[in-house]
Amino acid sequence: MKNHIWRPLYVVAAIVVLILVFRIFYVPEDFGIQERGYTFGFHRLGNEQEWKEFPAKYRDSSYCQDCHYDVTEVFTVSQHAMIQCESCHGAAFDHPENPEKLPIDRSRELCLRCHSQLYTPSSGRSNIPGINPSEHNVGIECSACHNPHNPSLEEM
Amino acid sequence: MMKRRDFIKQTAVFVTGAALSSSALVMLDPKELLAQRPELRWGFLVDTHKCVGCGFCVKACKIENDIPIEANVTRTWVERYVLKKNGEVLADSPKAALNGFTSELIDQNASGLKEVDADEIAQAFFVPKLCNQCETPACVQVCPVGATYQTADGIVLIDRKWCIGCGYCVMGCPYGVRFFHPVEHVADKCNFCYHRISQGGNTACAQACPFGARKIGNLRDPNDPVAKTVLRDRVGVLRDEYGTKPQVFYLGLSKEVH
Repeated sequence: MKNHIWRPLYVVAAIVVLILVFRIFYVPEDFGIQERGYTFGFHRLGNEQEWKEFPAKYRDSSYCQDCHYDVTEVFTVSQHAMIQCESCHGAAFDHPENPEKLPIDRSRELCLRCHSQLYTPSSGRSNIPGINPSEHNVGIECSACHNPHNPSLEEM
Repeated sequence: MMKRRDFIKQTAVFVTGAALSSSALVMLDPKELLAQRPELRWGFLVDTHKCVGCGFCVKACKIENDIPIEANVTRTWVERYVLKKNGEVLADSPKAALNGFTSELIDQNASGLKEVDADEIAQAFFVPKLCNQCETPACVQVCPVGATYQTADGIVLIDRKWCIGCGYCVMGCPYGVRFFHPVEHVADKCNFCYHRISQGGNTACAQACPFGARKIGNLRDPNDPVAKTVLRDRVGVLRDEYGTKPQVFYLGLSKEVH
């Protein structure tokens, strides 16, 4: 064959070789077909560990108990016991070091998440005592009258 | 000339050989076989009877997984279904239920807020949604670069360094659980709080749920409460017809829920 055919072919061959060499350096060693096979498990293995090391923000109520036992003692026997401390007090992160103080959500909106009366006959919502937020003491924080740690109406 | 005996012999050998399909000769990789039945397979159980639509799960999820709180994307959300006596079905999920359901008005997007009289309601309930961690995930199959994948314990993860943001997976998921992370600029979705469960913890949503409507468990452990319910109770999955084999099971699922 003639030179003008071979020359561009050399260029193409060189590009292919270049790409293959680049690939050797660019693709990490742990990239490949893992346990779930080619269709579902083709990935960089190290990423699994990266996700496992993602920092957690929420602890749980037992973490709070160690220091705030005076509150948790009352709280854990109240009707609100199944609510996590962090749902109202905010995620603990590394409290008490960082942050030193947690922002408490005292808004009406927080209580209304459960206690706004909705007609939901086929849901557990209908078993929760509810109020109409546009009629019940509008503009006043719920905690002005109700104790969220011991919400029993008899002890108000 | 070939003898009759030789002819029959050779025919028998040929037919046997031809009948053996080539796939039968493939060497089985023991690692791959084991992965098909590992000792750990994460599954999720949602009890729609127990969900009250408080949305603490959505709030906890967003904070736990660094999803900007006011951004219009979320890894999990709660839907409200209102089935009217005349057969009409209304559903909404205001702000993905980040602040819970506090109003009786049903958000119908363009047509505004709809008021439904209590006398007209036959059923009303809440359905939490999250990634189904499918056994045959469509989102993983369509990824052109191997950035999203499934671990041996069944969790579909996204490699943030490898994702090119083409969006095929966002389109490929039949459940609409994938979105673009507004800060990371890659595809994102629920991963059952992989960082928590792989260290023996609970998912942020299940921990925040006051009513036990959300539970995570190991489907391979016969003594696991979630596995027990999935095996013994009447549970349903979402959009079974897509063949993705979702691993989030629902108690109290109704045909109106998709």
